[in-house]
Amino acid sequence: MAQLGQPLSDYQRPHQVHFSPYDFNGGTVLAIAGENYALIATDTRLSQGFSIHSRESPKTYSLSENTVLGCCGFHGDVLTLTKTLGARLQIFEKEHNKPMPTPSVAAMLSTILYYRRFFPYYTHNLVAGLDEEGKGCVYSFDPVGSYEREVYRAKGSASAMLQPLLDNQIGGKNQQGYVVQPMPLDRCIAVVKDVFTSAAERDIYTGDNILISVITKDGLKSEKFPLRKD
Amino acid sequence: MATSGMFGNGNPGALWTGGPVPGQLHNFPGVQNGATKGSSQRTLNPVVMGSSVLGIQFNGGVVIAADMLGSYGSLSKYRDCPRLLKVNDSTVIGASGDYADFQYLSNVIQQQVIDEECLNDGFGYTPKSLHCWLTRVLYNRRSQFNPLWNTYIVAGLDEDKPYLGYVDKIGMAYEAPSLASGFGAYLALPIIRDALEKKPDMALEDALRLIDRCMKLLFYRDARALNKYQVAVITKAGVDLRGPIVSDTNWEVAHMIKGYE
Repeated sequence: MAQLGQPLSDYQRPHQVHFSPYDFNGGTVLAIAGENYALIATDTRLSQGFSIHSRESPKTYSLSENTVLGCCGFHGDVLTLTKTLGARLQIFEKEHNKPMPTPSVAAMLSTILYYRRFFPYYTHNLVAGLDEEGKGCVYSFDPVGSYEREVYRAKGSASAMLQPLLDNQIGGKNQQGYVVQPMPLDRCIAVVKDVFTSAAERDIYTGDNILISVITKDGLKSEKFPLRKD
Repeated sequence: MATSGMFGNGNPGALWTGGPVPGQLHNFPGVQNGATKGSSQRTLNPVVMGSSVLGIQFNGGVVIAADMLGSYGSLSKYRDCPRLLKVNDSTVIGASGDYADFQYLSNVIQQQVIDEECLNDGFGYTPKSLHCWLTRVLYNRRSQFNPLWNTYIVAGLDEDKPYLGYVDKIGMAYEAPSLASGFGAYLALPIIRDALEKKPDMALEDALRLIDRCMKLLFYRDARALNKYQVAVITKAGVDLRGPIVSDTNWEVAHMIKGYE
């Protein structure tokens, strides 16, 4: 009820709608570096709040023959960042007559991210590929460009669920007498399927499908695996 | 000396605290002038708004539909607002959100189409290229904190393949075989997805029936919707913009809804 003497709310200044330049569209990415391969996996759900926009939207982007980017968070920034990266890599290839090596892609991504330090790309990034010696390499980034090379890393909405499982299954953390050995690819894929299936059980922003991409010296191979769709 | 004014080189300072400064423009206290308005010059307060847009791919083309209401807050102010724009013979866009921003962007697009046609090089907008362009425009505007308050759905045929793209005011974009914006995303999209799952290769008649059912549903449940809508059918033959279509509604059971007065 309008108070006496107070103007009706309709007659006050124009109603301002809140504008936020960011949103969260969910998605999880996961990368593991093997002895002679790198694996990067993503779910294919694109959501916003309680709505699912798309069930066929993987968040891995193949940048070259042997480099794949995993990128999730705010999808508008993801689109812009992948577009910028694609253009920069094309320029590099035309200038140097060879594709950019994976470690260099990671270094360049770091500067691209830091360039927007005070209006950041709201994206969680992983770069997977092969280094100059042909070994699998994974680089993980924070949204403003801090990065490091790692053996395994989960990023995105279910990262807090995936990472401890990877610590246990791949890192062998805090297990007495456990000798960390390089993991064969088939076991690695089995672990990835398991951890994503577990995450999809509890995280509403992860689901529908997983797209697993494996980079070896022979190129890029992908496979799909179904997750729960509710 | 050329630079020294009546008071010499130094700034004379305000006549009193908060008062006018000789030789400078004075801003009267309590009055907002153009330069200090800041965010209120931007579309942070949408005025005339359009509600949902629906899009469905069928076997051989795409249908896109939007009702014709321009809402002014809760007032159904304009009842004849077309929210679909035919861009060329293979592309149509539909807009939700601020109608003025849509009209602005429509003018830009139409001019671009003319410029492109003048080159006479056989190239023009494809739905994919227009969608990509819209994505950049909307993302750029959001990055300047001056958004175009719209969600666009781009429908058309790209190399004879059905194309449907979505992009919102912050530049979030994707493609899908069925799309809906506004309340349609909550009310109509589940029904459309269900129908597409049961019959992925829908015929045009099925798609149009589905659109009509969903538009009717939106009119019953979305207070910012109207039972008068336009549909565009995009096939190899070109764009067929139909409407206004007025769907029959039935309120026989309305008197049984009680307890919300």
